[in-house]
Amino acid sequence: MNIPEELKYTKSHEWVKEEDGFYVVGLTDYAQEELSDLVFVNLPEVGDEVEAGETFADVESVKAASDVYSPVTGTVAEINEELLDAPEKINEDPYGAWLIKVENVSDTAPLMDCAEYEKLLEEEE
Amino acid sequence: MKLIFERGQEGRHLSILPKLDVPAYQPDEALLRAQAPALPEVSETEISRHYSALERRAHGVNNGFYPLGSCTMKYNPSIDEEMAALPGFTNVHPLQAEKTVQGALEVLEKMEEKLSAITGLKYFTFQPAAGAHGEFTGLLVIKAYHKDRGDEARKKIIVPDSAHGTNPASAAMCGYEVVNIPSASDGCVDLDALKAAVGPDTAGLMLTNPNTVGIFDKNIEEITRIVHEAGGLCYYDGANLNAVMGIARPGDMGFDVMHLNLHKTFATPHGGGGPGSGPVGVREDLGKFLPGFRPVRGEDGELHLAQPEKSLGSMRSFFGNFLVVVKALTYVTMLGREGVLEASRNAVLNANYMRKALEDIFPAAFPVTCMHEFVISLDKLHKETGVSALDAAKALLDYGIHPPTMYFPLIVHEALMIEPTETETKETMDEAIQAIREIYERAYSDPESLHHAPHHTVIGRPDEVTAARKPKLRYQKEV
Amino acid sequence: MGTFVPGTSKEQRALLEAAGYTSFDDLFSVIPESVYLKKPLPLEEGLSEMETEQSIRALAAKNRTYQAIFRGAGSYDHYIPAIVKRVVSKETFLTAYTPYQAEISQGILQSIFEYQSMICALTGLDVSNASVYDGATATAEAAELCVERKKTRVLISDSVAPEVKKVVMTYAFGRDTDIQVIPEKDGKTSTEALKEMVGPETACVIIQQPNFYGLLEPAEEIGEIAHSVNAKFVMNCNPISLGLLKTPAEVGADLAVGEGQPLGMPIGFGGPYLGFMAATQALMRKLPGRIVGETTDSEGRRAYVLTLQAREQHIKREKASSNICSNEALCALTAAVYLAAMGPQGMKEVAESCMSKAHYLADGLKKAGFGLVYEGEFFHEFVTEGAGSEKLLQKLDEKGILGGLPLGENRILWCCTEKNTREMMDEVIRTAEEVAR
Repeated sequence: MNIPEELKYTKSHEWVKEEDGFYVVGLTDYAQEELSDLVFVNLPEVGDEVEAGETFADVESVKAASDVYSPVTGTVAEINEELLDAPEKINEDPYGAWLIKVENVSDTAPLMDCAEYEKLLEEEE
Repeated sequence: MKLIFERGQEGRHLSILPKLDVPAYQPDEALLRAQAPALPEVSETEISRHYSALERRAHGVNNGFYPLGSCTMKYNPSIDEEMAALPGFTNVHPLQAEKTVQGALEVLEKMEEKLSAITGLKYFTFQPAAGAHGEFTGLLVIKAYHKDRGDEARKKIIVPDSAHGTNPASAAMCGYEVVNIPSASDGCVDLDALKAAVGPDTAGLMLTNPNTVGIFDKNIEEITRIVHEAGGLCYYDGANLNAVMGIARPGDMGFDVMHLNLHKTFATPHGGGGPGSGPVGVREDLGKFLPGFRPVRGEDGELHLAQPEKSLGSMRSFFGNFLVVVKALTYVTMLGREGVLEASRNAVLNANYMRKALEDIFPAAFPVTCMHEFVISLDKLHKETGVSALDAAKALLDYGIHPPTMYFPLIVHEALMIEPTETETKETMDEAIQAIREIYERAYSDPESLHHAPHHTVIGRPDEVTAARKPKLRYQKEV
Repeated sequence: MGTFVPGTSKEQRALLEAAGYTSFDDLFSVIPESVYLKKPLPLEEGLSEMETEQSIRALAAKNRTYQAIFRGAGSYDHYIPAIVKRVVSKETFLTAYTPYQAEISQGILQSIFEYQSMICALTGLDVSNASVYDGATATAEAAELCVERKKTRVLISDSVAPEVKKVVMTYAFGRDTDIQVIPEKDGKTSTEALKEMVGPETACVIIQQPNFYGLLEPAEEIGEIAHSVNAKFVMNCNPISLGLLKTPAEVGADLAVGEGQPLGMPIGFGGPYLGFMAATQALMRKLPGRIVGETTDSEGRRAYVLTLQAREQHIKREKASSNICSNEALCALTAAVYLAAMGPQGMKEVAESCMSKAHYLADGLKKAGFGLVYEGEFFHEFVTEGAGSEKLLQKLDEKGILGGLPLGENRILWCCTEKNTREMMDEVIRTAEEVAR
C-alpha cells in the first residue's frame, strides 16, 4: 500500500496537500483499491463551495458508488477534467489523479499524517 | 449474433396495413420530422428467426432450475396465460362505463377478497406495477396517515441492515430519512437496537418476515408492538410471502401495510424483468388513504368505482397491470385454501431439504430451520481456494442451472441465496445438489477453471468495466 | 384442489424425513404459537384446471367488448400484427427473470438493447432506459430526476392528461417536490403564463404532445422558454405520432417519455402498459431503471450487460434517484417487435392513417352539428361540443360502438386509429346527424 509521506489524510480515505496556495484533494491508494475499477467520477463545478467533512463528489465502480468527502472548507478553484473521461486514472495513479483544487480555505477536517493513516488502515484490515 | 438492425434491406417491409380508405390528410410540413426513424427494415421471416435465436440465448423457468433467492421463480401455469389472453379482458378499454366492465371489476373484487384472506389485511389497491412500486405506495399510505393526524414530526423509517436495497430507496422517495438497525447474531431484528431507534420521529418500520436470510423472526409480535407503542406503523415487504401462505398472516403479526409480488408468490411470469404486479394491502382504518379507484358493490348488486375518502392520489394510470391480476386470480382460484397451504409447505420443505443436503460442505449462514430460502456463505471456500461466490455461480451456468442470488444479503460474506420453490421435483433438486458438490470439489482440485467459468455458454464473462466506462447504449449505423 | 407441487404425499414425507422433520407441524415449529394459523384460510376450495377455466371465462364474458372503439385518452386501440403476439408468447421470454446473469441472458439483454435503440430512433434522443411502469410513472420519474439542489420547482401543463398529472402530483407528494400547474389557453399550454412562471428555481417544464385534447403544442417555443432559465424540457409523447411528427429532439426536449401501449399492447383494461424514457447524453447517468449496454466478453465477442448499475437502488440504497427494479421488460419486447414489424414505412403509414381518419371524422361530426371546441392542428384526438352528446354516445353504444370519452358540458374527446374503418366512421356521423335532428 502506497502512503506518501508528504501528504495528509482523512479517515474517509482522501488525501490533501498544499501546493501553490491551493489545497489539492484526491483519493488514497487504499480507497481506489477498495472501490476497484472506477467507471465514473462526478465532480463539483469551479466556484462551488465545499465544506470540511461534507461530500463534494462521488465515484462509481461497477458494483459500488461512494461519496467523497472534503478535507477542507473553501472554494473549488479547479477540477481535474481529465478524470471525467478517464476515471481509471485514479486506479492507475491515485496520488497523481487529483480531483479538485480548493482556494480560500477557512477550515480543515481532522487530518492524519502518513504514520497515523497507516495505523488506521491496519485497524480497518 | 446480428442485431435486428443488421438484418434486412432498405425498403423491405411487412404487409400490415390496408390502403387508406379516407382522403389523406396533409399536415403542415413544419410539423413533420425531417427523417424517418432509423428502424429495422425486415421481412416477417427475418423477425421470426431473429427472435427465435434470441429465445435460444436466454434462460427461463421452462428451460431449467431457477433457484434465484428472493425472486420465487416457480412454474408459471399455462392456464393463467390463456385466461389473460381472453378478448373479454384484453379488448376492454379502461375508461368504459362501469356497467360494461362488471367482469373486470369483479376480478379486482375477488382478488382483494382472496388476498385479504391470505394476509389478514382488509383493503387492497392494484395500481402498483411491481414490488418496489408497492413499497413506495405503502410508505405513502404511512405518510398520508401521519399527515392526516397532523403529526408532521415523523420523518424516519427504520430498516434492518439485512433489507433489500429497495426498502431504503423507497423510503427516500417518500422524503423519509432511513435509520438502519443492525441485525442480531441470529440474523433477526435486534430488539435492543430497535427499542433504541424508535421515538416520536418514527414514521414506521419496514420488514420482511421471513427475513432476507430466510428465517422467521420469532419476536415478530414484540417487534410490531415496539413500533406501534412509539406511534409508528409497520410495513410488511411481501417479497417472501411464499413461505407462509396458510401458515401465518402479516395482519396477525401486527403489520398495518404490506405489498405482495403477484409475479413471485402468485406464479405470474417475470417476463424478463416485468410486467409484475405489486398490490398493496392495508388494515381497515387505512383503507381511506389508498390510491386510485376501488370497486365497491352497491345496493343494486353492481360494482361501482369509488375513490377512497382521503386517497393519497394515483400511483399509475388506471388500474395497474390488470392482466397480471387476471393471471394471479386464475392461479389462486385453482389452488384454493388447501392449494395455497400446500404451496407454502412445499416451498419451505424443499428449501430445508436442500439446506440439509448441502450442510456438510456449505453450512447455512444461520444453521436453523429456514423458511422458503436459505443463505450459504462461501467465505471459507473463498479463503481456502480463492474461488468466490461469483465463480461458483458462474460454474453453475454450465450445468444449465440459473445461479442463486449472489452477494445478498449484504450481512453475509460471499453469500449465495437459494430458493428452490415448491414446483421443483426432488430429482431436479438432487441434480443441483450434485452440481454444487462437484463445484466444491473442483474448487480444491482446479480452482483456475472456476475463475474462468462458464465455459459452455454463448459468451464468456462480459467486460462490465468497459461497458460502464464507455457506455454504448444503442445501435448506430456505421457510416 | 389444483396444485403445481409435483411431489406426492409419499414423496413429501420422504423429503421431510431426509431434512430431519417428522411432519409439517414439526417443520413449522419455529413459528411462534401465537401467530401460527390453526384454522384453514377463509378461501374457497381449489378447482381443477377445467373448472377454473370456466369460472374465469365467465368473468370475461361479463365485460362488454365493442366492434369499434373511438375512445383513447391514454389507452389506444391499434392493430397488433400477428407476429408480435407470437414472438412475445415464447415461453422463455415470458418466464425469464431480470437478466442478471449475462452469460445465459444474451437473448433478453440484446432484445432490450434493440428496444433502447428503437426508442432513440423514434425520439431522436441519445439514450433510453429499459422501460418503466407506464407513461404516467415515466413522466413522474422524469420530473423527479430534473430536481436538483437549486432547481426545485416542477412546472406541468394543465393540458397534460389527468391520469398522468395525478401520478406526477402523487410522486411529488412523496418527495415533497414543489409542483405548479401551467394554465391552458384555448386547449394548449399558455406560453404567456409560462413565461411569467419560470425562474432560476425551475427544474423542468412538462408538456404532453399531442396533448390531452389531441392538440399539437407549440413545443419549440415552450422548450426555448424552459431553456432560457436553464430548466429541462420534458415531453410526454404519443409514440405513434412520432412516425410522422417532429421528434422531441428536433424541438429541443431534454427528456422524452410516454405511454408505449400503442406499440403492440392491447388496451387490456389499463395494463400491463409500457413507460418509455429517453434523454440527451447529458442526462444519461440520471435515468432511472435498468439500462443495457454493449461490451465484449473475455474472448472479444460482442456481449450485452446491465450497465451503469451504480445509479440503482441495490447499490445506492437510500441515495438512488428511484427505487425501480422490475420494469415492463416483456412490454418493451412487444414494442420492439412491433416497431420491427412496422418499420419506418409502417410507422409513417399508421401515423398518417390515424391523423387522416381523425380529420375525416372531425369534419363529419362538425357537419352533423358537433363542432370542434379548439382551433389548431391535432393528431388523432379532438374535442367536440354539441347538444345531445350524451344521447349520441348512448346510441353508438347500442350499435356496439364505443364513442369518445365524455368530458362533461356536452363535450366529447374522440380518438381515431387505423382500425376505425370509413364504414364505422360514417355510422358514427350518421348517428350524430340523427341525434342533432
